[in-house]
Amino acid sequence: MIPELGQFALILALLLSVAQCVLPILGAQLCNRALIATARPAVAGQAVFVALAFGILTYAFVTQDFSVSYVAQNSNSLLPWYYRFTAVWGAHEGSMLLWVMVLNLWTVAVATFSRRLPDDFIARVLGVLGFVSVGFLLFMVLVSNPFLRELPMPGDGNDLNPVLQDPGMIVHPPMLYMGFVGFSVAFAFALAALLGGELDVRWVRWARPWTNVAWGFLTLGIALGSWWAYYELGWGGWWFWDPVENSSFMPWLVGTALIHSQAVTEKRGSFRAWTLLLAIFAFSLSLLGTFLVRSGVLTSVHSFASDPKRGLFILTFLAIVVGGSLLIYALRAPKVAGGEPFAAVSRETALLVNNLMFTVAAAMVLLGTLYPMIGDAFDLGRISVGPPYFGFMFVLLMVPVVLLIPFGPFLTWSRGDLKASAKRLAPALYPIPFALAAAYLLLPEGTSSGKAYAGVAASLWVGIGIALYALARWRNAARGRRYTPEMLGMICAHFGVAVFLAGVLIVEATSVEKDVRLAPTQSVAIGALSFRFDGVTQAQGPNFVAQQGTISVLKDNAVVATLNPQKRQYPRNQQIQTESAIDPGLFRDIYVALGEKVGDDGAWAVRVYVKPFVRWIWLGALFMMLGGFIAAFDRRFRAIAGIRDSGLEIRKSSDDRTTPALPNPESPIPTPGHPA
Amino acid sequence: MSTPRVIVQRVASAPMSRRWRGRIFCALLFLCALLACEFSSTAFAIDPLPFKDRAEELRFQTLAKQLRCLQCQNESLEDSNAPLAADLRRDVFEQMQAGKSDAEIKRWLTARYSDFVLYDPPLHGGTWLLWFGPLMVLAAGAGAVFITVRRRANAGGASTQTATRPASDVEDDW
Amino acid sequence: MNTRLLPLAGFALVLALLGFGIWWSQYHDPREVPSPLIGKAAPAFSLPTLEDPERHVTNLDLAGEPYLLNVFASWCFACREEHAILMNEGKQLGIKLVGFNYKDAPADAKRWLAQFGNPYDLIIADLPGDVAIDFGVTGAPESFLVDAQGIVRYKYISPITPAVIAAQLLPRIAQMKKGSQ
Repeated sequence: MIPELGQFALILALLLSVAQCVLPILGAQLCNRALIATARPAVAGQAVFVALAFGILTYAFVTQDFSVSYVAQNSNSLLPWYYRFTAVWGAHEGSMLLWVMVLNLWTVAVATFSRRLPDDFIARVLGVLGFVSVGFLLFMVLVSNPFLRELPMPGDGNDLNPVLQDPGMIVHPPMLYMGFVGFSVAFAFALAALLGGELDVRWVRWARPWTNVAWGFLTLGIALGSWWAYYELGWGGWWFWDPVENSSFMPWLVGTALIHSQAVTEKRGSFRAWTLLLAIFAFSLSLLGTFLVRSGVLTSVHSFASDPKRGLFILTFLAIVVGGSLLIYALRAPKVAGGEPFAAVSRETALLVNNLMFTVAAAMVLLGTLYPMIGDAFDLGRISVGPPYFGFMFVLLMVPVVLLIPFGPFLTWSRGDLKASAKRLAPALYPIPFALAAAYLLLPEGTSSGKAYAGVAASLWVGIGIALYALARWRNAARGRRYTPEMLGMICAHFGVAVFLAGVLIVEATSVEKDVRLAPTQSVAIGALSFRFDGVTQAQGPNFVAQQGTISVLKDNAVVATLNPQKRQYPRNQQIQTESAIDPGLFRDIYVALGEKVGDDGAWAVRVYVKPFVRWIWLGALFMMLGGFIAAFDRRFRAIAGIRDSGLEIRKSSDDRTTPALPNPESPIPTPGHPA
Repeated sequence: MSTPRVIVQRVASAPMSRRWRGRIFCALLFLCALLACEFSSTAFAIDPLPFKDRAEELRFQTLAKQLRCLQCQNESLEDSNAPLAADLRRDVFEQMQAGKSDAEIKRWLTARYSDFVLYDPPLHGGTWLLWFGPLMVLAAGAGAVFITVRRRANAGGASTQTATRPASDVEDDW
Repeated sequence: MNTRLLPLAGFALVLALLGFGIWWSQYHDPREVPSPLIGKAAPAFSLPTLEDPERHVTNLDLAGEPYLLNVFASWCFACREEHAILMNEGKQLGIKLVGFNYKDAPADAKRWLAQFGNPYDLIIADLPGDVAIDFGVTGAPESFLVDAQGIVRYKYISPITPAVIAAQLLPRIAQMKKGSQ
């Protein structure tokens, strides 16, 4: 009975989302106060029913109601209680419900924190968000219903995929979805601006905090996915350029371009068309990612079970949303370049180049991901596109970006001084030769040292560059006005880039992997570390039995770490699941996985890795995420009070759209809150 | 109300048409037939091979990372636990020991499995767009940027109020 | 206006490609590996038969008449479904049916055949799997249509169904027979 209530809740949510989509936008077009006012209640109503549906599905999992088909496929009587919660989003239908749930969270947040924005604008924003919601709820109700029953009820479930029975599964999808779905807010803002015929740039200021937070979450989600794959999948890698990974990376790349472009548009009024387009693209790529993962058109280790009907539905939805928004863009985007002019050497140009590089990078990833399909369509043969392609092209495209990053903050708006900036950045270059010499001495031989040196140099260049800026700011700016949150966010995020660069390039260059056959008490050496195999015993987990190996890691005959890799067997699945054992460290990870028993003397095949600096990859990503969050809390974004309190127009009834109604008629840039 | 009926209907009968059912059934059977690589078992992937030195081991690992496991969803030869991958690793190793170069080994594999086995798409007519497409887009974009910047620089002229913008509690001065 | 329409045009292209992708994925397995052997000579091999491991069969022994080489194994789940079809309709093909036992312990294979029947005129066994690699086999079941001159004419990945027999195999077999006359 209760799962049927969940189904009802979804249908009701769908109806409310239709209302949320149609009525406010209609109201904004017709300047009808009553219709505009339906927006927030509809949002609240939809959120309540979606939360109810989500709660009911969770309840079905927690109480192990195997009569619900989805629960039977993804759970098991032995599944520990904490994984019953995460199993909710372990497969397609549930993850769609999570998507909708997260969308509702964002919509409610937008509805709540936008009371100071013009009602008709917010009505359009909520209406667009409602449209997205309609698509997903319709999809769920028609072809992806998580509440379908399976009768007769199976005695026990199939079990959650053992790979997903892991803490990483608790956080990675929700954070990722927070990012994906968060870009729908920027999208909604952009579309609302286009629909309302707004050619000024206030909407960008309103949109910036939302976009930064969404970007931060997406950064976190991707980093978590990478970290999870690293320790869970057992092959020591952290990124494979798999289609599903690329599906999350493309929105991130465009999102990065977006947050920078928004900064320019907000402060200088330039790049309005770019910012609008990037906002549309970021969310479009999120939707595209959803399509690629669930339609079965691409081969991936991560993809959900595919069904062409689902693929067709999502594709149609994609066509309507993206096609529609690009059409509106074509019709309504600003035709004349606005904003303050700028010289060839200026921060604007630097950020324009930044926009370009990240967009081309996203296009490259898209091309590589879809190329096998192109190969099939034009009969070019079956082509595989993998890490050798993506890695090479991405590095190529990012080289200009890495070189330019430290210049960004030093170049001023409108007219920057390249020579002066270069002089101020010169100190960043001084430590590099010493660092390279140190790397030369410390690197194990036979590694691709070129990458390591490049990593050291690039990381120092970016890291010291941003530190120099922070220092210059400390010295030159007036006390109390040295750092705004936006600036701090930028410093933090760029510092994160430096840390990330070091991690990636050094680990790729210096990581060592060895497959060895070890009998008990035998050991193998990697550098100064010695790995001693101490045999295999039986172990028991809550819902599995395992063979557990013990490996002692010694340095100078002292035990540095004891690792227990396992090979688990879950009752339902006959497959053996390898759990690797990791000794994490800031400067190196030690990683061990157990293979098969070889021979009769108790010897086993064992894989050992030493991975220097691998944690810096995720540390860098965390700094980037923090930077995004910090920047979102800039007071400026919250001083929207200026618009209302200063008695300026709020277009509640948008009878006079062309009146900018802003204090400074000479400047094309709005400066709300300017002390009147 | 029609809604309850809809629900009951969905429960009672399989909603999918026969054609879809048949196809999905076949697909699932086929997938079952292949020893699945879905689980993270690295058991077979851990393959101690008697390398003569570190350089050979590195060369093998690098090469195996560029080759695709043909039984798996999307894994390299180096990481895959599929039996076919284990066999192919052995073949690659034997060929390396026999003195074949990387290119020759790749040719041997593509003669049997087509270019699909290479994660590094070879450059030929069919992959021209792949390798040069992004660079062409970059060139086009760079051209557009150049034109834009020139237009804006000329339009603005020299007089642009820059860092003389007033600092305020709300506006930043950077 | 033209530049404003560019993103929409680009998107339309991507959409068309994705639509194609859905259509294509219904008829093809995205993991299907095309065979570079089509039109080329079947690789040379010498394998023991399943019944009599002492007796070895080479590709030359098989030359002179066309045959269907069917890769199967007892561990292969989908092979059971295909096996029933081969039992019923194998004779319809009108050519020699050669079973290729892939990476299978002989005892297991024999037991499996005893249980599900034996439609093959001849069964060769490749326990190590090396010859299979030469054929470009990626799993079971797979089938190769080889003509009288030993040239591989067609490869089918997936269990053979009556539809495949009618649409793909019989026409090609007829063509081969016509060609050799």
